[in-house]
Amino acid sequence: MKTYTLTINGKRTTIEAEPDTPMLWVIRDYAGLKGTKFGCGMGLCGACTIHLDGQPVRSCQTPVSTVKATSKITTIEGISANIDHVVQKAWIQEQVPQCGYCQSGQIMSAVALLKSNPNPTDDDIDAYMAGNICRCGTYNRIRKAIHSAAATLKTEAGTVKKSPKQASR
Amino acid sequence: MTSSQLDRRSFLRAAGLTGAGLMLGFTTTAKGAAQLANLSSEEATAVLAFELHPFIVIDNAGNITLINHRPDMGQGSWQAVPTMVAEELEVSLDQIQIKQSDGLRKYGSQLSGGSSTVRTGWKRLREAGAAAREMFTQAAAARWSVPAGECFAEKGAIHHRPTGKILTYGELVDEASKLPVPKDIKLKAKKDLKLLGRALPRPEIPAKVSGKAVFGMDVDVPGMLYASVAHSPVIHGKIISVDDTAAKKIPGVKAVVKCERPMPHRTAEAVAVVATSYWAALKGRRALKVKWDNTGYEKEMTTAAYFSALRSKASEEASAYYTTGDFKAAFDSAPKKLEGFYETPFLAHAPMEPEVTVAHVKEDGSCEIWAPVQGPDAAIGDVARYLKIKDEQVKINVPFLGGAFGRKAYLDFMLEAVNISKQVKAPVKLVWTREDDITQGPYRPGMLSAMRGAVDSNGNLVAFEHKLIGESIQRQVFRAPLGNKADDWAKESIGKEESPYAFPNAQVGWINVKTEIPIVWWRSVYASNNSFGHESFLDELAYTAGKDPLALRLELLRAQKADGEVAETVKRFIHVLETLREKAGWDKSLPAGTGKGVAIARSFGSICAHAFFVSKKGKGVTVNRVVTVLDCGMYVNPDNVRAQTEGNIVMGMTAAVKPGITFTNGQADQQNFHNYPVMRMPEMPLTEIHIIENEDEPGGVGEPGLPPVAPALCNAIFAATGKRIRTLPFDIDNIA
Repeated sequence: MKTYTLTINGKRTTIEAEPDTPMLWVIRDYAGLKGTKFGCGMGLCGACTIHLDGQPVRSCQTPVSTVKATSKITTIEGISANIDHVVQKAWIQEQVPQCGYCQSGQIMSAVALLKSNPNPTDDDIDAYMAGNICRCGTYNRIRKAIHSAAATLKTEAGTVKKSPKQASR
Repeated sequence: MTSSQLDRRSFLRAAGLTGAGLMLGFTTTAKGAAQLANLSSEEATAVLAFELHPFIVIDNAGNITLINHRPDMGQGSWQAVPTMVAEELEVSLDQIQIKQSDGLRKYGSQLSGGSSTVRTGWKRLREAGAAAREMFTQAAAARWSVPAGECFAEKGAIHHRPTGKILTYGELVDEASKLPVPKDIKLKAKKDLKLLGRALPRPEIPAKVSGKAVFGMDVDVPGMLYASVAHSPVIHGKIISVDDTAAKKIPGVKAVVKCERPMPHRTAEAVAVVATSYWAALKGRRALKVKWDNTGYEKEMTTAAYFSALRSKASEEASAYYTTGDFKAAFDSAPKKLEGFYETPFLAHAPMEPEVTVAHVKEDGSCEIWAPVQGPDAAIGDVARYLKIKDEQVKINVPFLGGAFGRKAYLDFMLEAVNISKQVKAPVKLVWTREDDITQGPYRPGMLSAMRGAVDSNGNLVAFEHKLIGESIQRQVFRAPLGNKADDWAKESIGKEESPYAFPNAQVGWINVKTEIPIVWWRSVYASNNSFGHESFLDELAYTAGKDPLALRLELLRAQKADGEVAETVKRFIHVLETLREKAGWDKSLPAGTGKGVAIARSFGSICAHAFFVSKKGKGVTVNRVVTVLDCGMYVNPDNVRAQTEGNIVMGMTAAVKPGITFTNGQADQQNFHNYPVMRMPEMPLTEIHIIENEDEPGGVGEPGLPPVAPALCNAIFAATGKRIRTLPFDIDNIA
């Protein structure tokens, strides 16, 4: 066993684990955050997607020993305090989840997509989200929800531009 | 004190309520109660047909708790069940708490299966809500000394119209609970419904987008250990030896025990590694060296041999679902004859949440379970029988199910956890790997449809035969002594009521071929297999007759002269097809290299037709658009009906174009999503779903969208390419 200090959702946590323990199980069973899901254990389904310094990674393929103490780990629990992240709101609006088990991973991928590409086309979405499996078949709703979140972000950005500080430039 | 008061008291105690409360439970018939009491796996054929019993718990603080007695696996029961009660009870959904039932008999059948939740609950759950509302109305009228006719219920309270006085249900519950339960209450007309039939947001969605929803995988209990189990790669293999030296050296590993995985038809031997963390348990399990004796199974459990057995049986006589006219004479004398074998593979359910259970066999012999199971009532019975304890000594807690599709109605994994917990004398969380899920079964059975048909010189379809050949779920799983009798679950979507074409000479029947490969229900059960042959072959006959496939279907339906239920079904079939024709723009001609295909089936009480539009792309085809018309009668939430249908399209397409499960030398050839891939987002076609509006009794929603998917897709591919697909799965990128 080794001791690791991790920063999960802004909180510093110290845990003891074997170096090869995947972050998936560290997050779920040591940090007690159950939103990140186990689906395949091979990085094939995306249910365990988290953000490591803003980049989406498959936590089942990320041994704890590879994560720096300074790295910022974000899980589904860390994207908003009140279920009001623009992507979560879009997911609710489109009533995306069925069983819901894959949706944490879907949302974490979608958040990362919109960060890197705020105005994705259908093809962009398809390509980016292809790593996340949904067995219930919510794909069309996910696509729609991502477009809807992108539109909201655009409106918000527009509002910011019109603010006096921006306008005075 | 009367016995009913006693019952109420004990219920309140059980429900953990303080103060007075009102409990409404409709007792089952004596026969039904006896059936439930004695329900065993062997008799579980009764489960699907069994009625449910609703509950409403209101305490005098005004808390309203409605029970969802059908585990939510994504199909929407968490909303549907309480909404049916709330509609007539006159409470809004934001006034209620929802609780999952715990398997106790008073709730009746709690099986999420057979697309049965809404159609079996529609009347009874609404009657429960209406009865309670009437009791509150009577109680308020008595308190105010006014005629009940001057009172009305709204938002969890009774209002006195002339004076505007209001009493909440919480304020009335003491008095209301002493009143007799009224009978023969009129339910609302469709036009008066406030909650049912509306696209209200599902109450559990916020929890499911924030990681807060608790699935089976997410349950932790104090003192819990984790287990991972080595199963034989040849499912029924016996242990010869176990070398656990390396496993026991893994830090955190507490014990290595021989355990068992009880399946209904056979119990498999296995080895469990129990540890203080799941990762340690998994590493320990990987470090085990187990030698298996697989004698006999390598040969028997081979899908190639199974399918060749199915083909060799095709010439034998089938046990009939129905016959009309004289098939043999009509077929033999017809000028144009057609024959075809349609094959569908074994499939794993592969729910996103692999099999998982927390089981605690306690010192006093009782057992508590936390597990994502489709039927908590069946689970209690299974655990009690397995441990040889009383039902009352088993407590089950059912969290959300991370997908199920039939898999989690098969309780092998739960009993395996029970076995391990009993041995290590601690609560144990057993987590199956994805590889366990895919290599161990149970699976949708692979099936063969042996089709024959004939057309006369005027282009009339004169003979039609469908022999469905394969293993029986009733026989293998439910141990029904079928003999030569047909498995009557397997006629779903091809029986006379489910596919009511007026074939002048027809025989539709069943031939059993046994296998040791474990099988069970898979979304839409046999309809997912048999509709492929049925509706594809009809397409072949349409082309042979020189007729438009949709027009031929309408012609065969309009010619149906049967009366009663069949006549009603025929009318609905025609309406669905006519609607599809219009919505899909069926009669418009398409450019070269594109094609359209149609298929229709009734299953689980609803009628669904799809039109698929495909175009050639390289050596294969791409699906551009799917137009669906569904007649599911009245429904709870149209948005959820659409969601379920979208899901059925995805799962049906996956079943058609992605690899199935094959067994070589007794072992599954697929292990995880790399070689058992499922559809992903880029493959998702546009879907357009139309729901027929009527006032008919609700049908199922969770499954009926699936059966017509594969035939409609393959019929479209034939139209575009001239290539007839008779074996699933096929490579959609390489049709030739």
